[in-house]
Amino acid sequence: MPPEVYPVSQVTRYLRELLEANRHLTEIWVAGEVSNLSLASSGHVYFTLKDARGALRCAFFRNRNVGQRDRLHEGASVVVYGSLSLYEQRGDLSFVVDFVQPEGTGALAAEFERRRARFEEEGLFAPERKRSLPRFPRRIGVVTSPTGAVFHDIRDVLGRRWPLADLVLQPAPVQGAGAAPAVADAIRAIARERDIDVLIVARGGGSAEDLWAFNEEPVVRAVFGSPVPVVSAVGHETDTTLADLVADVRAPTPSAAAELVAPDRGSVAHRVDTLQRHGELQVVRKLASVHEHLDVRWLRLRQTAPNAPALGHAVALHAERSTIAAARRLHDAASVLQQRTGRLTSLSPLATLGRGFAVVTRPDQSPVTSSTAVKDGDRLLVRWHDGVRPVRIEAVS
Amino acid sequence: MTGERPSDESFEGLYARLEEVTNTLEGGQLTLEQSISLYEEGMRLAQRCQALLADVEQRIQVLRETYDNGFER
Repeated sequence: MPPEVYPVSQVTRYLRELLEANRHLTEIWVAGEVSNLSLASSGHVYFTLKDARGALRCAFFRNRNVGQRDRLHEGASVVVYGSLSLYEQRGDLSFVVDFVQPEGTGALAAEFERRRARFEEEGLFAPERKRSLPRFPRRIGVVTSPTGAVFHDIRDVLGRRWPLADLVLQPAPVQGAGAAPAVADAIRAIARERDIDVLIVARGGGSAEDLWAFNEEPVVRAVFGSPVPVVSAVGHETDTTLADLVADVRAPTPSAAAELVAPDRGSVAHRVDTLQRHGELQVVRKLASVHEHLDVRWLRLRQTAPNAPALGHAVALHAERSTIAAARRLHDAASVLQQRTGRLTSLSPLATLGRGFAVVTRPDQSPVTSSTAVKDGDRLLVRWHDGVRPVRIEAVS
Repeated sequence: MTGERPSDESFEGLYARLEEVTNTLEGGQLTLEQSISLYEEGMRLAQRCQALLADVEQRIQVLRETYDNGFER
């Protein structure tokens, strides 16, 4: 049986597939020195990564190298992240670079930077997707370790500042193997199942390795996917995790997170007081303005309404004028009558008596012509037109 | 206070209404009667808010861990 003959392309494809399926050669970090650096007009960057005993051709394609090119220069010591592949057309072995960090960064830091760049590119840290926290939360969720000081600190701060909110703890291991998926599950569970309106994801201080779970993709995705705003507080102020970057608000410590999620009831009480006094002031102002209006109206009313004393005076004046007019009329009528009945009639004492006059005499018929001529007890005669009556003077007090 | 807290009596709701009342009062386009009835409402809201702020104890609830027990209410 003759040996099988393979076409070159079949061999190169097989080789490529072999390389790309090998987990020791894919998604690995490789350290070395940069040489033969060239930038193609296409924007791709090619270089050789070498050390004392080996060299590896590297391809850093344009879609990956944006923003990272300046980390590469001749002789630079770097660590690169990527996968080994084969350029089939030429049979060249090539390390396809995804990410570059200066050598000496440390493995964790380099990996952190790589992930940060990837998530950033995906838009997970975009400022425009950061949500603001509720002003007065009703239920505050916390994902953290059930043991340790973190939950205690949070409870302490919220118990003082904002006890109106219920506090719901979803415990999760925050360190060690399995911590990342457990934290991610806890975030999804509490945000989905509980009626919370803000979530704190917290962990106390520790080494970069201790905090590593909060740089793992499941946690980052869970925080990103949370339906309620997330406040992260992982480690100390100087530690930054990817969970911090993806969270809506980053707090330097768990206690600070508790202060961020809720207002202080003292200052809120003060604000309520201010609002109350403001309302009071408004009503007082309103009343004052109504009073002022009333005053103005009253003034105008008084100006336009008839003045009572003046009116009284006018009435009195009218009455007087009427009286005078009436008297004049009477007088006129009397004179007309007098003219008509003739002088004689008017001069006759009888006629005068007929108009209501009387003649007073003493019993001896001598006339009494003055009120001073008589004294109490005097007897007199009064003659009307139709008869005589004897009378006596009597003082009436 | 550990009893029921009706949702329409949430602090947020009361406070929001208090702010609204104060703003309306400030707007000024009100009759005296409207002002006074709004003011009375504002007083009640403020008292209710202060009461909520004054005597309340935090309710704390610890859920079961998810990673080995599965999530349960």
